[in-house]
Amino acid sequence: MQHQELNTYRLTNGMTLVVETMRNVQSAAFTLLLPAGSVFDPPGQNGVASILATWLMKGAGARGSQELTTDLDNLGVQRSETVGVSHLMLNGATLSHILRPTLEIYADVVRAPHLAEEQFESSMAYVEQMLGSIEDEPRQKVMQELRRRTFKRPWGLPPEGSLDDLPRIEPLDVQQNWGNCFRPQETILGIAGNVEFEDVKSWVEELFGDWDNPRSGEFEELDGGPPFDHLMQESTQTQIGIAYPSVPYRHPDYYAAWAAVGVLSGGMSSRLFTEVREKRGLCYSVYASLNSLPHDGRVVCYAGTTNERAQETLDVTLQVIRDLENGIADDELDRCKARAKSSLIMQQESSMARSSSVARDWFYLGEVQTLDEIHRKIDALTPQTVLDHVHQFPAREFTILTIGPEMLEIPNDL
Amino acid sequence: MIFNKTQLDNGLEIIAEINPSVHSVAVGFFVKTGSRDESLDVSGVSHFLEHMMFKGTEEFTAEDVNRIFDEVGANYNAATGEETTFYYAAVLPEYWRRTAGLLASILYPSLRTEDFDMEKQVILEEIGMYEDQPSFVLYDKLMQSHFSGHPLGQSILGSSESVRALTADQMRQYHRDHYRAGNIVLAVAGNTTWNEIEDFAVAGCSHWPAGKTPRPAIVPRPPAARELLVRESAYQEQLMLMTPAPAANSPLRFAAELLTVIVGDDSGSRFYWKLVDSGLAEVAELSFQDYEDCGGFMTYLTCDPEQVGTNLDHIREIFDDVNRHAVTADELSRAKNKTAARIVLRSERPMERLSSLGGNWIHRNEYRSVTDDLQDIEGVTLEQIREVIDRYPLTSWTTTAIGPLKQW
Repeated sequence: MQHQELNTYRLTNGMTLVVETMRNVQSAAFTLLLPAGSVFDPPGQNGVASILATWLMKGAGARGSQELTTDLDNLGVQRSETVGVSHLMLNGATLSHILRPTLEIYADVVRAPHLAEEQFESSMAYVEQMLGSIEDEPRQKVMQELRRRTFKRPWGLPPEGSLDDLPRIEPLDVQQNWGNCFRPQETILGIAGNVEFEDVKSWVEELFGDWDNPRSGEFEELDGGPPFDHLMQESTQTQIGIAYPSVPYRHPDYYAAWAAVGVLSGGMSSRLFTEVREKRGLCYSVYASLNSLPHDGRVVCYAGTTNERAQETLDVTLQVIRDLENGIADDELDRCKARAKSSLIMQQESSMARSSSVARDWFYLGEVQTLDEIHRKIDALTPQTVLDHVHQFPAREFTILTIGPEMLEIPNDL
Repeated sequence: MIFNKTQLDNGLEIIAEINPSVHSVAVGFFVKTGSRDESLDVSGVSHFLEHMMFKGTEEFTAEDVNRIFDEVGANYNAATGEETTFYYAAVLPEYWRRTAGLLASILYPSLRTEDFDMEKQVILEEIGMYEDQPSFVLYDKLMQSHFSGHPLGQSILGSSESVRALTADQMRQYHRDHYRAGNIVLAVAGNTTWNEIEDFAVAGCSHWPAGKTPRPAIVPRPPAARELLVRESAYQEQLMLMTPAPAANSPLRFAAELLTVIVGDDSGSRFYWKLVDSGLAEVAELSFQDYEDCGGFMTYLTCDPEQVGTNLDHIREIFDDVNRHAVTADELSRAKNKTAARIVLRSERPMERLSSLGGNWIHRNEYRSVTDDLQDIEGVTLEQIREVIDRYPLTSWTTTAIGPLKQW
């Protein structure tokens, strides 16, 4: 794999900068992870972070709402503001020589957003409508509700917010959340693209060096659940969500867990696709993936199928998942390795993919793994090590959620 | 970057943009066939056929096909549209030839009846899945209403009824009629050599049946429809509007594209400030849909059902203002900056270059480098925008909606 130019720098205020220089691209991308994810939404106010992400871009520093957007547009910045469980994420990408003025604007967004009351209502209205749209998209809804049940609160709460909680959120709650959570100590700025580390370092020092905020966000953990649940809905298809415990990203077994899920659902030769779709024609979409929090992980599976075949789909999917304990073939793991190698190498073609990877690695691991290191870890896996992992973390303690016109039967032996 | 092209005796066109500085190769077959080429009794066959390609050939079983793509770590798929069916894969350079070989081979599948019957279930599930997603139902309704009487109005997936009624023999006939080398373009982008590509094409595709299927150009006559689909339990109302726009081969297409950025981009546009920033709508976007013989400006709006009337009034006001006064120099310059940066960012991956490469060839028979696109965007004038508006004024000609509203 090509040599990677990776550098990190910690500002005295605690903010971390991680830079990957990519000499074959013309662009530069950044990922700013702010410790203001939905876990910090005050109890009964799930949606604060989501409103903040929208409100934040409506004016900052010397720029009003219109100027801020106009200036970013003129710089050609492709941007997004998203809320995750742990972070509020600001992503952007543009031509590399425009990175500096772009970061100047973002320093204002982070440190001096207006959060003006007259813009609050429209930010709230936007979030309310976005949540309404999720209600109308059953595939998204089932996974959101599955997370709510399988993880403890507030980890399982939807990062986008909850419709029921919105009426309890006032402008001051969101402003306070910004004041408590936006702080340099746990902020990570990942940058990837055709840029020099020393340049970026001096810009970031200049723009964020004197940023300070001694406060911190807090939350309390409560149980999720229930493990088996059904939501009634008149629809053509029944949505099936299944989750069971696995390991988080920082766990030494992570890549074994990844490979186990790969055998289930990596590519069209994987077991779920073959058994549920190819051999039985039970559904169009079926998949499993690994969902990681800092301290906890789950395998989550999805299948959507017409109502009359939903029971069979659930039974077959569960059977395939539980069969994993009985063995993994050499060629199944080889295919997982081939897919991993190709996706690792192709990441080097995208500054956006790399900026989010380096920032995420720093958050979960406190270091950035090179693509070579990841490749070596994956290459070192054998069917036996993956199987050992499956035996150590077997598919048990399921959470199952279905949405559709009829309740399904959950097998007795789960 | 170096461009090369050639054509085999059977009519297959081969184009490539070689770029030694990237890490992968993207390869694709663009087949000039889609829902608009279907007669009504086989509605949905192009898309169903696309699925059947992965069911194997005399040489490979369905399991072989899936297994080999995964063995080489390919990022691959296929997509069916109104005018084109596209089969593609991005892989590491050492595997590109094996991958291209497999793709070429599956374009002439066995079409076994038992596979056809099994895959029909998957297609019916796919139709069921989209039935539960209001935006897909609405898009079908929009196309059906706007292109009433024109083949572009035909659904890509077909209906449950048309798919149930389809026979394997009808599909085999459709395949013989449309999968002829003259209808197909092989495009390659990324880190390989032209020699290898030519070698591969001669060895892997020369035996394909020659010929080309004519596609009549038809001028659509949209009847100015208003259609409302009621979904009582939905939260949001979604609307799609369409009005005529330039065709894919029109010299005005860059101006049309920039006009949509000014009026209806997802941020900083006129729609954005009036409808999204104000909280009146969740989504309000204008896009340019281009086809072989026509085009459409499509508005997509998602909002609280109670706001539909007000929002439609705002959209009409914006349209009227643009139709009368066009756009400002500032707006145009900002749209150019945005679009240019998007083009550059998109071009960094061979997979993205592949779709642009094949799209330009299949629509216009031309190669366009990233620099060509940037120059043409930069060269768009206010007069050209004016010309687009004069010839294709923005209107709510066809208006469709889905959601809880029972009347409007």
